[in-house]
Amino acid sequence: MDDQKTQMERREFLNTCARKLPEFIMLFAVVGGAEILSAQEEQKYDPSGHNYAMGIDIHKCIGCGRCADACKKENKVPIEPRYFRTWVERYIIPSAGETIVDSPDGGIDGFPEPDKGMDILRTFFVPKLCNHCASPPCVQVCPVGATFISRDGVVLVDEKYCVGCRYCIQACPYGARYLHPVKKVADKCTFCYHRITKGLRPACVEVCPTQARVFGEAGEQSSPLRRFLRFNDVTVLKPSLNTSPKVYYANADGEVR
Amino acid sequence: MGKGALPQQIVPLLILFTAGILGLFVARYFLVPKSFGEYGHYRADAVDEIAASEVSFAGYKACLDCHEDIYDLKQASNHKGLACEVCHGPCAKHVNAPDEFTPPAPRTRDFCILCHGYNLSRPSGFPQIIPELHNPGKVCMTCHNPHNPLLPHPPEDCSACHREIASRKMVSHHATLACIDCHIVPPDHWKDPQTIRAWKPTNREVCGKCHAEDAESPKEIPRIDLNTHGKPYLCWDCHYPHSPEAK
Repeated sequence: MDDQKTQMERREFLNTCARKLPEFIMLFAVVGGAEILSAQEEQKYDPSGHNYAMGIDIHKCIGCGRCADACKKENKVPIEPRYFRTWVERYIIPSAGETIVDSPDGGIDGFPEPDKGMDILRTFFVPKLCNHCASPPCVQVCPVGATFISRDGVVLVDEKYCVGCRYCIQACPYGARYLHPVKKVADKCTFCYHRITKGLRPACVEVCPTQARVFGEAGEQSSPLRRFLRFNDVTVLKPSLNTSPKVYYANADGEVR
Repeated sequence: MGKGALPQQIVPLLILFTAGILGLFVARYFLVPKSFGEYGHYRADAVDEIAASEVSFAGYKACLDCHEDIYDLKQASNHKGLACEVCHGPCAKHVNAPDEFTPPAPRTRDFCILCHGYNLSRPSGFPQIIPELHNPGKVCMTCHNPHNPLLPHPPEDCSACHREIASRKMVSHHATLACIDCHIVPPDHWKDPQTIRAWKPTNREVCGKCHAEDAESPKEIPRIDLNTHGKPYLCWDCHYPHSPEAK
């Protein structure tokens, strides 16, 4: 008799469970959903955990100028030929005489043939951009605090705060800055800050057809940039100025400056 | 005037100074942006404003969702390193509204020539053509599929790719030598030049075929004694075979 009663109870219990099952599923779904949401909130970009840098392999650059073109399109740089956030320079080193460096329209439309009859010893392309120095002279001279190093190691310009005094343009030893002809404020490469904070690569790195440009975390063991730094003999531009640039060049000729 | 009290002329000055300093603080409170100095000597909000700019290049991963077939084809070809947006331009608008905005597909010769036109400054080995000589007027796509850019047929001459070497050799004492006199070129080298490599001479005897004292070659050719001449070195350690300088 007792035995039968327990059996009834068990059946009742199972029935109740079956009836309540959808509610349980709902409850788990709600709890699970909340967990996913909070995880997404945690994934929000935190600048303090990053330190960005770029590597450029000069042997790989074919001088197609797609980087300069993409940069202008991505960052709405004025199309007129004089303004660039990144550009490609051509170095021609003759057997005798001065090195010739040119960059017609930043290299976007290609390079004209060098002079016929010139005795060329070496020639190559060098992509240039803001070096995002760790000790930037441009930041030091800004009188209003409109240019600064962000917590992730990128040198940025606050265009609402810039007074357009051009001190920083004068101070930059790499010629990486220009005065925006419409906004009348200093403008320069931001490592595509709006892209890298969303997990995308800078536009110039994205479009480089030969992977001459490498972008990544300088402080992380497993990043494409660290691999680049491990496998190449790298140099920076004008190291004597102690600006500590964060754009590293591989296979750079002694004439590159 | 009591002892210790301020001189009369100082009082208005003090009031003025106090008002001035207070005014300075009030002005600073209103004029300096709230976020200035939060992380350093700059406006912290500017970082978020810059980060909020619009993205134009969507990145190749965005293309994968719909165009995986073309991506796979490209990935197996010599254009595997190219992102879609190198040729098709910024595609973020297309990703957001595929029907409203169609990215351009360049079909002119000028566009391909930006990378593949012969330019002395390019790294040697990068495939280049001389646009004036290479099927002038023809659109590149008639023979080459940009998503799988195989050569339609073997190049008739090594100079199709090795232009720099060919132009040097052309004006040197070695002008009449054919490339295959010194190099052994596997038949499939033109299909996959990076992995199927041509053989380069590895010993002095290759040069000795013409330049050794007992070589069966025309007598105008300069001779050396292979046993004594520059003994520990290989010939190309001192002479560039494509443009030998020595008289």
